Amino acid sequence: MKQPAVVLGVLGVDAHVVGNKIMAHALESEGFRVVNIGTFSSQEDFIRAAIETAADAILVGSLCGHGELECRGFRENCVEAGLDKIHLVAGGNLVVGKQTWEEVERRFLEMKFNRVYPPGVSPKKVIEDLKRDLNCSSESGAQSPE
Amino acid sequence: MSLALLIDFGSTFTKILAVDLSSEEILAYAQSGTTVETDIMIGLRRAIDLLPDSVKKGPFSCKLSSSSAAGGLGMVTIGLIPQLSAEAARRAALGAGAKVLKVFSFRLAMKELQELQELAPDILLLSGGTDGGNTEVILENARQLARSSIRCPIVVAGNKAATDEVNSILLQAGKTTLLTENVMPEVNVLNVEPARKIIRKVFIERIIEAKGLKKAEDFVEGILMPTPTAVLRAAQLLSQGTASDPGLGDLVIVDIGGATTDIHSIGMGNPIQAGVIRKGLPEPLVKRTVEGDLGLRYNARSILKFCGQDQIMKNACLSHSELSHKLEGLSQNVDFLPQSLEDLDLDFALASCAVKAAMERHAGNIETLWGPQGQFYLQYGKDLTGFEYLIGTGGLFIHHPQAAAILQKTLFSQEEPFSLRPRNPALYTDAQYCLFAVGLLADRFPDQALRIAKKYLKKWN
Repeated sequence: MKQPAVVLGVLGVDAHVVGNKIMAHALESEGFRVVNIGTFSSQEDFIRAAIETAADAILVGSLCGHGELECRGFRENCVEAGLDKIHLVAGGNLVVGKQTWEEVERRFLEMKFNRVYPPGVSPKKVIEDLKRDLNCSSESGAQSPE
Repeated sequence: MSLALLIDFGSTFTKILAVDLSSEEILAYAQSGTTVETDIMIGLRRAIDLLPDSVKKGPFSCKLSSSSAAGGLGMVTIGLIPQLSAEAARRAALGAGAKVLKVFSFRLAMKELQELQELAPDILLLSGGTDGGNTEVILENARQLARSSIRCPIVVAGNKAATDEVNSILLQAGKTTLLTENVMPEVNVLNVEPARKIIRKVFIERIIEAKGLKKAEDFVEGILMPTPTAVLRAAQLLSQGTASDPGLGDLVIVDIGGATTDIHSIGMGNPIQAGVIRKGLPEPLVKRTVEGDLGLRYNARSILKFCGQDQIMKNACLSHSELSHKLEGLSQNVDFLPQSLEDLDLDFALASCAVKAAMERHAGNIETLWGPQGQFYLQYGKDLTGFEYLIGTGGLFIHHPQAAAILQKTLFSQEEPFSLRPRNPALYTDAQYCLFAVGLLADRFPDQALRIAKKYLKKWN
């Protein structure tokens, strides 16, 4: 199996770059091919990069609290662009205000994101899930976590 | 005395420049109609006959030439995503001095394949996929090309994981292929130099002969490059200098002709204001754009169509009744040289619109965004505001009395603060038409070529 590839970036008008760099580093050290498109990326930027690089997953970071708004239609746009099977993941500070995590998660899953993570999640947890979801075997580029 | 003869087989005129390399002086300039339809040498001999007797006998220690005759170097490029590999391929072709006839992206449809065959490019550049990325589309496009009647050389510069298979598909169908590195090995990483080098090699080895220019090669030492590449090479030499002579630094060259307006910029163009974030595909240090719809003769009418009558008249001093009719005349009579004040005024108005539009398209721009954390500025393309030199070349800048005023039309304006055009550069024109010659001499005699360029460029401000 080829080395799994992920497109990583920060969606929308959002300058928060630190978590993005940490996540990129964590994914790379676990054997993923990381296509990091950085901050201020639009849905189209993610989708174009995913097509060109034949990515297996798109990891959307959103830290500014507008995540829910910015993520609307992401799955539909992927399908439209031919990425029917792409694995979609979102995480960060996705919403503002007093909302329960279960409620936020439900809404993102309804938008057909495969996984969604609350603030403060460990990169290790995200990577473990990702390996399981993408069926990464130990022979593939992505090594199993310690 | 060490004489060099520099020749440009242009689409309309064969232009020659005799240069004394030891005294670093331009001795004479002459031109005559290009005769590629019959024998390219006829036009060249006519031009040489026009040189002063003392010069034309030579002997010339070197004879170098560039060519844009017989349609120049026509290329079609193919990539995957329009904003990514297809754009990278387009930039590689432009930087190699090509006329980009069409850019295709995604899987080629039957109709597009048909169109590609009709365009009959001299070279095809096939890209798509980052290294290790998408292979399906470039393979499918190779299969489509294999089925087509395309005979031109195909430069393969896509996903390296697909290169061998693409090559074998094309070779089995009897196509000529040349393999090189990916023009976009990673998302937002541009790698155009290897493709540019191979395009130039194909131009020298195959295209010259295919265009009936081979006869000239017995006389000159070789047709080294397409004309736009010679100008681009001169721009690079002027900007970057040589080991012993520093260059001018960041600069822009505006080249306006009858059919197109080219802009060449040398410099990184990184953001110079705090808080500006750069986005999009990185820009090549040596960048060329060609506006195929902006030219003073063949495309006089398309300037009207693009800029509108109001814009043209805003730049004219006189009233040009029946503007549309006049421009039709210019587009029919492409050798027309202005005779009267009215003709000069019309050329001024047209050129002002064309160079401004071309600079707008070449220069980067700022997009402002509002988010929860406030306002952000994103920069797409090069910031030319700090570029210190702006040079005009082409017949217009030699003959038109208001050459500097035309150049000024390209500059930054407060009314469009987000278009990052040069703000306050020194203005020069290529008054002796020497830039192509400087580009031809650049590899062999870099120091002399640089000093000749500096000596003969005319300063306006």
